[in-house]
Amino acid sequence: MNRILDIVERHTHHGSRRRHNNTMAIMRKSKQFKWQHKHLIGLRDLTTEEITYILDTAKGFEQISKRSVKKAPPLRGKVVVNLFFEDSTRTRNSFALAANRLSADVIEFTKKSSAVSKGETLLDTARNLEAMGIDIVVIRHSAAGAPMFLSKNIKACVVNAGDGFCEHPTQALLDVYTIRQMRGSLEGLKIAIVGDIAHSRVARSDMWAMTKLGAEVTLVGPPTLMPADADRLPVNISYSLDEVIEKVDVINMLRIQFERMGGNPFPSIREYSRYFGLTLDRMKRAKSDIIVMHPGPINRGLEMESEVADGPNSVILQQVTNGLAVRMAVLFLVNQAAAQTPA
Amino acid sequence: MKTILDSEQIEKTLATLAKEIASSATGADDLAIIGVRSRGEILAQRLARYVSDQLSHPVLCGTLDITLYRDDLNSPHSEGQPEVRTTEIGFNVDDKTVILVDDVLYTGRSTRAALDALIDLGRPKAIRLAVLVERAGREFPIQADYTGLKAQVEPGQSVHVKLVESDGRNEVVVE
Repeated sequence: MNRILDIVERHTHHGSRRRHNNTMAIMRKSKQFKWQHKHLIGLRDLTTEEITYILDTAKGFEQISKRSVKKAPPLRGKVVVNLFFEDSTRTRNSFALAANRLSADVIEFTKKSSAVSKGETLLDTARNLEAMGIDIVVIRHSAAGAPMFLSKNIKACVVNAGDGFCEHPTQALLDVYTIRQMRGSLEGLKIAIVGDIAHSRVARSDMWAMTKLGAEVTLVGPPTLMPADADRLPVNISYSLDEVIEKVDVINMLRIQFERMGGNPFPSIREYSRYFGLTLDRMKRAKSDIIVMHPGPINRGLEMESEVADGPNSVILQQVTNGLAVRMAVLFLVNQAAAQTPA
Repeated sequence: MKTILDSEQIEKTLATLAKEIASSATGADDLAIIGVRSRGEILAQRLARYVSDQLSHPVLCGTLDITLYRDDLNSPHSEGQPEVRTTEIGFNVDDKTVILVDDVLYTGRSTRAALDALIDLGRPKAIRLAVLVERAGREFPIQADYTGLKAQVEPGQSVHVKLVESDGRNEVVVE
């Protein structure tokens, strides 16, 4: 290996360390991995190699957003439908922009402005859209399993943009992409996911992606916001943020999802943020290079103090930027898999 | 399998190409050498070194990934899936004379893709094509400005450029 690096060094006149690593990566990957999934439903069933392949592919899409012509042609002539049965700004816009940057046409479909409000079923809606000749459906639905159901009943590619409390694969992919960008690898990192775990599909997808990539994950939150199956998941559980804050390399603060909660899972908002909020005081006890993440939108002052959200350890906006590259990669890959297996 | 260029001949060919490129260059500052992944990347780096020597001035060098611009992305691929990698051009291509470097010029399809990919990065003053080997079989109206070797190759045969950085040895073979 060293010998090859030396040779690369000798032949790289203006080469940087980064380029050497890149050449090495190409050589390592030469055993020809093939992406085979025309749907992205969840990360639970993907292998470490498949997740890594998506992240490596996303790297190639990162620079499209940085140049003057922010567009490339691989999905030219393809139609992507944003089929959102739940409210979303960030994810929906991110998918739309990702599709646009790959030159696809995008149809926006929201529950309020559609025939769903007139009683049309999910399958009828999807089949009607399909009759117009669509290629990829990006779906968000409050029912866990809706993307899987759709993928079994229509010919188009299906990408899950969040289903119930089940998965939100592209959010987790952009999370691990961001961590990899900062640290090179997730191997051996200690990661805390804090807050409303029970109502969080982000936490679930994160957990699958992070553990598959070699990180040690601890779920932190009050017992009332832990999922019922927590003890069967490949993670540690803690009910005290103060116990874990000093040990972790990455902390992902989840949003309290008031809209999904019935009853009162914690006595008061103030009490919640006293025990589970990421405050400047707690940050003082954390590792100095801790990576602070949040899937957005933030309840400022609740899960996280503003000074922390906007502070030097925060990568929250970088996550949003990376989301574009990751979603471009996902749209590209599912379409490639579909091209490989003509109907 | 027949070797048409050995290690020494490859270096000689690159040195000759560099001389031609340097002699038609208007200056080192507006010259950029950009290789098409993956063999073209390595060749471009070697070529840039030779051209820099010729001009006694370092010339810019970059790498272009053309996967997203290929014209066969939506057809089933017999030999493996196209893999997206990074384009690494750390300078502005506007008003530069870009020497696009590839290993083999055959159908011209990857050159077409490379031209489109480059133009999305900016507006070069000119784009010239330099290849180590060219063979018959063009499907597009594209030709090289700098050619290392014109190989006589039967239809059905293929030319493989092997480089030590990627393949462990330097040679060009026909099989």
